[in-house]
Amino acid sequence: MDIRLDAISHSYGGTEVLRDISLDIPTGKIVCFVGPSGCGKSTLLRLIGGLERATKGRVLQLGTPPMGCLNPLTYVFQDFALLPWRTVHGNISLVLEDHGIKGAAADAIISDVLARTKLSDFSNALPRQLSGGMKQRVAIARALAVKPAVMLMDEPLSALDSQTRELLMDDLVALWTRQPFTAAYVTHNLAEAVRLGHRIAVLSRRPGEIHEVVEIDMPLEERSHGNPELEKIQKHLWDMMRDEARAADEELLNV
Amino acid sequence: MSDATIKTQPIEVRFRGGGFAPKARRWVGLAVFVVLVSIMEIGTRSGWISALTLPKPSDVLATFKELWESGLLFKHLLPSLSRLAVGAAIGATVGVCAGVMIGLFSYVRAGLVPLVAAIFPIPKIALLPLFVIWFGIDEASKYALIAFGTFTPTVVATYGAVDNVDRSLIRMGQSFGLSWFSIVRKIVLPGAMPGILSGLRISLAIAIILLVAAEMLGAEYGIGAYILEAGSLYDLERLFAGVVILSLLGVILSTVIGFIERRLLGWRE
Repeated sequence: MDIRLDAISHSYGGTEVLRDISLDIPTGKIVCFVGPSGCGKSTLLRLIGGLERATKGRVLQLGTPPMGCLNPLTYVFQDFALLPWRTVHGNISLVLEDHGIKGAAADAIISDVLARTKLSDFSNALPRQLSGGMKQRVAIARALAVKPAVMLMDEPLSALDSQTRELLMDDLVALWTRQPFTAAYVTHNLAEAVRLGHRIAVLSRRPGEIHEVVEIDMPLEERSHGNPELEKIQKHLWDMMRDEARAADEELLNV
Repeated sequence: MSDATIKTQPIEVRFRGGGFAPKARRWVGLAVFVVLVSIMEIGTRSGWISALTLPKPSDVLATFKELWESGLLFKHLLPSLSRLAVGAAIGATVGVCAGVMIGLFSYVRAGLVPLVAAIFPIPKIALLPLFVIWFGIDEASKYALIAFGTFTPTVVATYGAVDNVDRSLIRMGQSFGLSWFSIVRKIVLPGAMPGILSGLRISLAIAIILLVAAEMLGAEYGIGAYILEAGSLYDLERLFAGVVILSLLGVILSTVIGFIERRLLGWRE
């Protein structure tokens, strides 16, 4: 299932945050959205998943979601959004219960996704007992449990320290290599974008418009930390963004 | 650097952190209590506290024992407990329901919040005659008074707690396609539980206060009636015995809520 953004514009009150965004998110690819803070990239993600309604333009689903898909558009949030009163197992079963999946069927799915995110030993732990990286892996496991057609990842690694981020990036690459998933990945971190993105959309500062779309053909598993080709792309992205980012930083916040 | 600073002795950095972190200190509460009672006992025995000011704690204990042995204790305690249970249960249940509704629906909030604010400061004891007219002099008016008194603080605590539930968790629930009812049951209510339980602590203490008030009017048996009777006779031993029973009731209820908190809110640190 592909996602097509068709001329999306959005404003909050009188403030225009997004202007005329058109882009395709093709099946099996990770599309990264990068841009200075406040450029509306998280808003764009909420529009894609239907948590907000665009002022103008439409988000289109092309094709039908794959078989067994419970929640086609599934988020992974920056702040993990785990229920602190439920165990790891309970947090994942939460999203299955409403689909009538309980008991053994739920346990099978949960142990599968926990194995894929290397969390099998922590099934009965409470969120407060887990490190940040593990919490985000639980959130990713929860997203995988509903077999999403498209994962909507809102700065999933931004709340983590840089070492954990590096490890989790490897995990995401391994996850994708084993079973390619489709994702819209919002980040302000260019290193993440060049490591994980097949396609990188650079947004300008508010109102966010697509500056440039960079395609990276190198397979994910060949991309490594400090690869010269990726460094070159990252530098190119940063050159494009630097002035925008500085200007955005000096704007007053009144949204 | 001048010579003077080089010559001075190294000074250890003064510790200035710590504190502001309450820790569990068992027995301290009991010790304070024991010390206070001993001072009362010694004071009344030696005579520097006159018998009119305070009764001897040992005499209060003797009165209590007498109450127990004559069976009067349960004759007074059981009606009181049933009034407390029924009244507080009605008030707290209606209060939690109303509070959740206020937290969830804007129209209910707009309609009920001013009403609750108007009811809250009314001394419920002042309404007792009105309740007697409405519900009769029997148990119903006592239930109503206690229920009414526990209702308002419960409502305020509950909708505050619902307002404080992490919105990002609710968005998460919506993004996974959970039904409205599931979001309320699995995210809003557990998230509001800490606030609801701490509100319940206050509500139940108020319920005990109102229990006595209700029993002061037209009750033959009950802790309130017992205290009132002792008070009008200036029988300080019996008055204090009654007051001690109320205090114990408060401590027991507070312990029960603490127990429920540990069971339900074990996920917090």
